[in-house]
Amino acid sequence: MSEQKTMLLVENVTMQFGGVVAVNNLSMEVREGEIVAIIGPNGAGKTTAFNVITGVYAPTNGRVSFDGRCVVENYPRGKMKKNYLGENAGLYTQVKEPTPDRLTALGMARTFQNIRLWKSMTVFDNILVAKHLKRSSNLFSAAFRMNREEEAQQRREVLALLEIVGLADVKDELATSLPYGKQRRLEIARALATKPKLLLLDEPAAGMNPQETQELTQFIGQIRKDFDVTIVLIEHHMDLVMDISDRIYVLDFGRLIAQGTPEEIQKNEKVIDAYLGVVDDAEN
Amino acid sequence: MIETKNKKGAWIAFVCVFLFLALIFALDQLIKPTDKLGMLLIVLQKGSVYALAAVSMNLLNGYTGLFSLGHAGFMLLGAYTYAIFTIPDKSRDAVYQYFDAAIRFSIPEQLSNHMGGFGTALGVFIALVLAGLVAALMAWLIGLPVLRLKSDYLAIATLGFAEIIRAVFQWSKLGPVTNGSNLLKNFARASKFKLEIAGTKLSLSTFVPVLIATVCIILIVLIVNSTYGRAFKAIRDDEIAAEAMGINLAKHKMISFVTSSFFAGVAGATLAMVLSIAQANNFKSAMTYEILLMVVLGGIGSITGSVIGSLLFVAASEWWLRGLDSGKFLGIEAPNIFRNGFRLVVFSVIIMVVVLFFRKGIMGEKELPDLFRKKKKEAPAKEGQA
Amino acid sequence: MDALKTTLPYIISGISVGGQYALIAIGYTMVYGILRLINFAHGDVFMVAGLMMVYLAASLPLYLAIPLVILLTVALGFTIERVAYKPLRTAPRMSVMISAIGVSYLLQNLALYITGGLNKNYPAIPWISDRISIFGMETSRVTVITPFLTIILVAALVQLINHTKIGMAMRAVSRDFETSQLMGIQINRVISATFIIGTFLAAVGSILFFTNYPGVVPTSGAMPGLKAFVAAVFGGIGSIPGAVIGAFIIGIAESVIKGLDTILIVNGAIDEQIGLATFSDAFTFVLLIIILVFKPTGLFGEKSTDKV
Repeated sequence: MSEQKTMLLVENVTMQFGGVVAVNNLSMEVREGEIVAIIGPNGAGKTTAFNVITGVYAPTNGRVSFDGRCVVENYPRGKMKKNYLGENAGLYTQVKEPTPDRLTALGMARTFQNIRLWKSMTVFDNILVAKHLKRSSNLFSAAFRMNREEEAQQRREVLALLEIVGLADVKDELATSLPYGKQRRLEIARALATKPKLLLLDEPAAGMNPQETQELTQFIGQIRKDFDVTIVLIEHHMDLVMDISDRIYVLDFGRLIAQGTPEEIQKNEKVIDAYLGVVDDAEN
Repeated sequence: MIETKNKKGAWIAFVCVFLFLALIFALDQLIKPTDKLGMLLIVLQKGSVYALAAVSMNLLNGYTGLFSLGHAGFMLLGAYTYAIFTIPDKSRDAVYQYFDAAIRFSIPEQLSNHMGGFGTALGVFIALVLAGLVAALMAWLIGLPVLRLKSDYLAIATLGFAEIIRAVFQWSKLGPVTNGSNLLKNFARASKFKLEIAGTKLSLSTFVPVLIATVCIILIVLIVNSTYGRAFKAIRDDEIAAEAMGINLAKHKMISFVTSSFFAGVAGATLAMVLSIAQANNFKSAMTYEILLMVVLGGIGSITGSVIGSLLFVAASEWWLRGLDSGKFLGIEAPNIFRNGFRLVVFSVIIMVVVLFFRKGIMGEKELPDLFRKKKKEAPAKEGQA
Repeated sequence: MDALKTTLPYIISGISVGGQYALIAIGYTMVYGILRLINFAHGDVFMVAGLMMVYLAASLPLYLAIPLVILLTVALGFTIERVAYKPLRTAPRMSVMISAIGVSYLLQNLALYITGGLNKNYPAIPWISDRISIFGMETSRVTVITPFLTIILVAALVQLINHTKIGMAMRAVSRDFETSQLMGIQINRVISATFIIGTFLAAVGSILFFTNYPGVVPTSGAMPGLKAFVAAVFGGIGSIPGAVIGAFIIGIAESVIKGLDTILIVNGAIDEQIGLATFSDAFTFVLLIIILVFKPTGLFGEKSTDKV
C-alpha cells in the first residue's frame, strides 16, 4: 500500500461555526485505490469534514490537497489569490477559488446524506446532466446542436453506465419515483458520471435493510474495480464498514480519536467506549 | 432526448411553424384592422410580444428557478434602443422637440439607401438584435452583484434595478438620447411594414411581430432542450447537488439571466414596434407583474404554457372581456356594473383563482409535444434512441 | 446659513415621510420575519385605506370615519392573509410571493374600477391638516406630528412584542417556524396577529401620508409600499428598530434628492436645474442594492447560515 501515491491529504483542518467547533484539527491521508471509512457518532463532524474537502465550506484553519495539489486552504472565499501569503503560497497550483464545481472538475465527486437527486428529471437525465461539465460546447453551439457527436457519445456513455449500475430498465422513470435503494444507487452513478478519481459517499447505506446493505457492499467493491476510483465513505453500518474498508478514521466531537485497519479499530478501546458499544445497543 | 429521437419530430415541428406563419401572413391580408375581426390582429400582435416576454421570463424564473422581477426594465432598454436607432432623420427633430438629438443614425434608413427595401428589413433586424444586446449587457452588469442573492432578495433587487433604469431614461440630462420623459415615435413600426410584390402592397403588420416572437421562442426552446437547459433545471431542482456535479453556479445563473434579458430586450423592441411608441413610464413594475401572471397562468416551467397563457391574457383583456367595460356582456346589459375597469377586476379574480386553486396553471410543466406523446405511450415509441 | 435654510425644509419633510414609511415598513418586516414572504399587497392595502377614508368621510363625521377606516383596513389585512396566503402555507415560497402579487393586482384593479381611475381628493382632517409655520417654513401640522406619533407607536409595539404572550409567540415563530409549531404555538393565530398589527399601522400611516398629498389614485400604494419594503431590508429584515431607522433614512434621502437641484444651486455647486429630482424614487433602490451587496442582512439583521 505504502508505495501508492497520496490521493487526498487533509492537514490540520479545523472548521468553526460561530462558537461551535465542528471539526477540530483533523488530519488524514487517503492513498490511491483505497477505500477509507470515516465513522463516528452523530454530530461528530463527518459530513462537515466532507463539506470542507469538497469545497462547500472554507475551513477556519488547515488545508486539503487532492491528487498532488493543494486545493483548499484557510482563506476567505473569493480573496484567495490576493490575500494568501502563508508559508505554502508557492504550492498553489489550484484554479481560482475552490468551489465544489471546480473540485468536481478536478476529479472529486460526492453523494449526499439526504439524497439530492434532481426531482423533475428522469433517471437518464440525472446522469446526463452530470456529464455537462465534460462538454466542450458553449451556449450557441449547444442550442444549434453543433456538437451532435459529443451529445450522442455522452448519451451512449450514460446508457453504458446505467447498464453497469443496473438501472437501465428504469432510465425513463422520474428519479424520485424510484425506491430508496435505487435512488442511492443512482446518486452514486451520477457521481461516477463525472469520471472522478476520488468518490466521497456520505452514508450510502442510510435507511437500508441488511439485504440492501449487503448488495451495496458488493456494489461499492465493484465500483472500485470497474471505475478505478479511490473511495472515502461515511457510514454507520458497521458490517459494511468492516467488510469493505482498507482503513478507518474515527471521529468524535470533531476530533480524530483513532485510525487504523478494521481489525485495529475493532480492538481499540477508545473507539469501543466512544462509539461502537453505543451503536450496537441502539441497533439491536 | 430531442435530437437523437426525432428527426421526424423536428420536421413535423418545422412544417407546423411554417404553416402557422403562412396562416398569420394570410390573416394579415384578409382582415382589415377596421373589421370586426380586427381585434384578432391586435391580439396576435400584442399576444406574440407578450408570449416572447413571458417565455423569456420563464427561462429564468421557471427553468433556472431565479425569481427575478426586472423584466420591464430590460424590455424598456430594448424598446428604447430599437426606437432610437430606427427614427428616420427627417422625423428626428420633430420627435426630440425639447432636445437636440444626440444620436442621428437610423440603421434601416442608412441601409435602405444602399440596398433598398431589403436594407430596411435588414436594418430593422439589426436594430432588434442591438436591442437584445443592450439589454443583455445591462443584465450582465446587474447580474455581477445581484445573482449571488437568495430568492426573494434577488426579486426585490432586480425590481429595484428596473426602477433605476426607468428613472435614468427619464432624466432630462439624458434627453438628447432618450427624449427625457417624452415619448419616442415615428420609428420603424409594424403598421408601416409592407411587402411590395408586383405593385400590390401586402401588409406585414401582424406577420413581422409574430415572426420575431416565433423565431425567438424557437431559439429559447432549443436552449432549454440543450445541455445548458438541463443544467439550468438542475440548478432549479437542487442547487447544491448541481454545484457538486460540476455545474458552475455563478456562470450558469449568469448565462440564464443574460439570455433571458436578451430576449426580454427583443420583446421590448417588438412591443415598441407594435405600439408605435416607446415611453419609459409604460415599463413599470406592473408590467413585470402582468408578465409573471401570464407565466403563472400557463404554468411555471412550460414554454407552451407561457405562450398559451399570454395569448389568453391578451385576448381576454383586450377582446373577449371588453364587454365588461362597456355595459354589455354576453347579452346582459348592466351599465352600472359593466363599466370601465370591471374587466380587469374579473380578470384579476380569475388569476387569483388560478394562483390559489390551480397552482400548476394550464400546462403544469408539460409541453405541447408531451400531450401527443402520452397517447402513444402504449405503443413502443422508443425506436430511435441511440 | 442660506444653505441650511434651503436644506432644512427638505430634511423636515423627509423625516415626516420617513415616519410614514416606517409605519408601513413594520408590516413588511413583521410578515417577512414570520412567513419569509414579501407581502407585495401591503402597499395596496395602504392605498385602499386611503380610498376608504375618501368614501367614508364623505358620508360620516370624521370621529366615526377614522376608527372605521382603521377597523376595515385591519379586517382587509386579516382576510387577505386567510384567503390568499394561508392555503399556500406548505407551497414553495415563490407561489406565495406570486399570490401576493396577484392580490396586489386585484386590489389595484378594484380601486381602478371603483374610482374610475380618477384622483380622489383626500378629506382635510381638522387640526392635523392645518398649516403651520416652523423654522420659517410653511407646512401642515401632520409633518411635525408624524415622527412623534411613529415613535410612540413603535415604542408601544416593541413593548407588546417583548412583554406579552402573543409577542413572545411572534418572536418564537420568527426564530424557528417549525419548532414553535411543535412546541404548541398556534401558528395561525400568531400570523393573523402579525397581519392585524401590520395593517393597523399601515392604516394609521395612510391617514398621515395622504393628508399631505393631493389625493389617492389606484397606484398610490405601489411606490410607498416598495420603499417601505426597501426600508425594511435596509434596516435588516425582521428587525423593527431596523425598519424604522431604514424608513427615516430613505424618507430623508428621497426628500433631499427632490430638492437637490435647489440645494446645490444655493451652495454654488451647479448653475442651473439638472433634474436630479427624477431620481428621488430610484435612489431608494440604489440604497437597496448597495446594502444587499455589502451587507445582505441589512443594518441590524441577523446572520443565518444555511445547511448542506
